[in-house]
Amino acid sequence: MAALPPYASPLERAWAWAFRALCALVFLFLIAPILVIIPLSFNAEAYFTFTERMLRLDPEGFSLRWYDNLLTFGMIAPDAPRDAAWWADAWAHATWVRAAKNSVIVGAFSTLLATALGTLAALGLARSEMPGRKAVMAILISPMIVPVIISATGVFFFFSNPGFPLPHVRLDPFAVGLAWDWRLTSTYLGIILAHTALGIPFVIITVTATLAGFDRSLLRAAASLGAGPWTAFRRVQLPLILPGVISGALFAFVTSFDEVVMVLFVGGHDQQTIPRQMWVGIREQLSPSILAVATILVVVSVALLTAVELLRRRSERLRGLSPG
Amino acid sequence: MAEATLTGPTALRTANGTPLKAALARASRRARLRAFLLVAPLLLFIVVTFVLPIGQMLHRSVHNDAFSAHMPALGAWFAANPRGTAPDEAAFAALAEDLRAAAAARSIGTVGTRINYEVPGTRSLFTSTARNAARLAPPYREALLAHNPDWGRADVWAAMRGASSAYSASFYLAALDLRRTPEGAVVRVEPGQRIYGQLFLRTFVLSAAITLICLALGFPVAHLLATLPLRRANLLMILVLLPFWTSLLVRTSAWIVLLQGQGVVNNVLVALGLVPEDGRLALMHNATGTIVAMTHILLPFMILPLYAVMKTIPPAYARAARSLGATSWTAFRRIYLPLCAPGIGAGAMLVFILAVGYYITPALVGGASGQLISNQIAYHMQTSLNWSLGAALATLLLAAVLALYWLYDRLVGIDNMKLG
Repeated sequence: MAALPPYASPLERAWAWAFRALCALVFLFLIAPILVIIPLSFNAEAYFTFTERMLRLDPEGFSLRWYDNLLTFGMIAPDAPRDAAWWADAWAHATWVRAAKNSVIVGAFSTLLATALGTLAALGLARSEMPGRKAVMAILISPMIVPVIISATGVFFFFSNPGFPLPHVRLDPFAVGLAWDWRLTSTYLGIILAHTALGIPFVIITVTATLAGFDRSLLRAAASLGAGPWTAFRRVQLPLILPGVISGALFAFVTSFDEVVMVLFVGGHDQQTIPRQMWVGIREQLSPSILAVATILVVVSVALLTAVELLRRRSERLRGLSPG
Repeated sequence: MAEATLTGPTALRTANGTPLKAALARASRRARLRAFLLVAPLLLFIVVTFVLPIGQMLHRSVHNDAFSAHMPALGAWFAANPRGTAPDEAAFAALAEDLRAAAAARSIGTVGTRINYEVPGTRSLFTSTARNAARLAPPYREALLAHNPDWGRADVWAAMRGASSAYSASFYLAALDLRRTPEGAVVRVEPGQRIYGQLFLRTFVLSAAITLICLALGFPVAHLLATLPLRRANLLMILVLLPFWTSLLVRTSAWIVLLQGQGVVNNVLVALGLVPEDGRLALMHNATGTIVAMTHILLPFMILPLYAVMKTIPPAYARAARSLGATSWTAFRRIYLPLCAPGIGAGAMLVFILAVGYYITPALVGGASGQLISNQIAYHMQTSLNWSLGAALATLLLAAVLALYWLYDRLVGIDNMKLG
C-alpha cells in the first residue's frame, strides 16, 4: 500500500485507514496467541491466566518453577542436591528430557533420510526426460495432502505386520531362536520411516523450486572442462542448490519434530516425543509446564525461521549471480 | 534400424556409422532411464511406507473375516441357500456345530463382536449360547430357540448371512448411515442413528467456513504485503511466518489458554464489563473453538499463495482502469480480483484440503460439537476397535481429499505449490 495520492477523496482516505486497521487486527490475531503464552509460562501460580501480581509486574508473581518442573518431572530423586548425580538423573529419567532426546533422534534421522532421497528424486524430476513426471510428482507429494489420521492408521496396521498379505512372517535364518517378526510398531525405525514419508513432500517442493532456477548449461560447461557427472554435481550443482536443500531439510525436521498423530499410533512407550508428551499433558494434567515447553518451542521456531529466511536470501543472491 | 531413416544410404550418420535417428533414440532412452533411476529409490520408499499401508487399509474396509473364518458350517449353509430362505433345522444344526467349535477355540468373542456391529446388543447372545453349546442336543432349532428366542430374529440371521463372506460392503453401508433389511433391500437407518452423514456434512461445512474466514482475513493482509515496499513487507511477513513455523500443539495450547472459561479472552471481557462474571462465554469445547483455532493455524496457508500471486500483478493495471473511468470498486472487481483468482483458488483449496482432515485441534478444543470426521475415525481405530468401519470412513474421507487434490492439480498444478 503505497502512500495515497494527493487527489484521494476523504472517503478513500478513510477506507485506506480502515484497511490498515483491519490488517493490524489480523496480524494481532496471528501473533497474539503465540506471544500470550510466553509471560504465562513464568507464572508463579498453577494458573493458565494472568494473576493480579503478574499484571502489577510484581517480581513475586513470576517464577521459573515450571521450567524447573520440566527437568524434575519423572526424575527418580528430584529433591536431591543438585550435583552431577542429579543432572545425570535428569538426563536419564526426566520425562521431558527423554521426550526431547527422542524428538531429536527421530527428527535427525528422518530428516537425513528424507533429504537424501528427496534431493535425489528432485534431481530426476527436474529433468525434462523424466517419464510420467506429473503422476510421480503427485504420488510423492501425497503424504502432505492425505489426512495424517488416515496415513497413521494405515501405517500402524502395516507396520504391525508388514508381511501382508502373508500371515506374520518370522525370519530366523540361522534357526537360533532370534526370530525377527518384522514388526515396526513401537520401534524407532518405524517412527523414523513414517516421519520420513511425511517430510519428503517438503524436500521435493523446496528442492524442485530451487532447481527450476538452476542453469543446466553450467553442468555442460563443467563437463566440457573434464568433470564427470559426480564431480559436476558435487562441485557445481550442489553448492548452488544447497540453500534449497537445507531449507527442505529444515521443513522435514519441523514436520517430524511437530508430528504427533503418527507417534500416537506407531510409537510405543519408549518413543515418547515432545508433541506426544504435550498431547498427553493437554488432555490429562493441564499444567503451566506445557506453556514452558511451548515457549521453548517458540524460541526454536524463531531460530528455524531465521535460518530459512537467511537461506532464502542466500539462494536468491546465488541465483542472481548465475547467468540466465 | 535402416528403415527408420527415410533414405537409407544418404541418412545422417554419427561418426561410428549408426544412423543419427537411432543414436538419438538410444541417447534419449538412456536419459529417461537415468532420470527415472534418480527418482526410483524415493518412489519405492513412498510406495512401501505410504501407498501400501493405505492400500492395506482400503482392503480392510471391505474385508473382515472375524465371522466367516470361525463359522464355516453356517457359511456353507448360507452359500447353499439363497437369501430369503428361512433357516431350517440344517441351518440351526450348522449354527450349533460352529458355536461349539468357536467356544472350544475361544474365538466366540470375535464372532459375537462382528455381529454386534450390525445388530447392537447381540454379542452376549453368542457368548452365552456358546458357553452352553456342549449341552445343546437335536432338534437344534427348538434347543436354540428355547435357550434364547433371539435366535429366531430375522435381522440376526441377515447379519450372519452378510458376515458369512469375508468380503462385504456392509461397513460402507454403515459409514453412509445405510443398512440392509432382512429381505436384502438397502434402506437408511432410523433418523436418530444417522451420525456419519451429519459428521461428514459438519466436516465439510466447518472446513468451508474456515476457508471463507481465512480468505476474508488473508486477502487484505496479502494485498498489504504485496503492495508495501519490500523491506517493510519482509518485516511484516515475519508475523505470518512465525505462526507457520510454530508447533501445531503450541498454537492449540495457546488457544486453550485464551479461550477457556477462566481464560484470557473471557477475563478481559469480564474486566471490561462486556460480559457478566457468571455469564462467561463458552468459546471452547464447541464448534467455535474448532473454527477459531483452525483458522489461526491455516491462515498462513491462505496468505502465502495469495501473496505470491498478488506480487506479480503490476499496480499499473488498476491505475489504468481508473484512468479509463472505472471507480475504485469497479477497478477492484473487474481488474484486480480476476488477476488474483489463481491465488484465491490455490489458497482456498489448500486450506480446505488441510482442514477436512484435521484431527489434533478438534480433538483438543472441539468438544462434542466441534469434532470432525477424523476424530470419529480415530475413535473407531483406538476405542471401539471396529477397524473395518474406521477404515470405511477413512476411505470415504480419502476419496474426498483425493478428488480435491486432483482438482487442485488441474487448477493450480502441484508444481506451483510453494512454501515460505
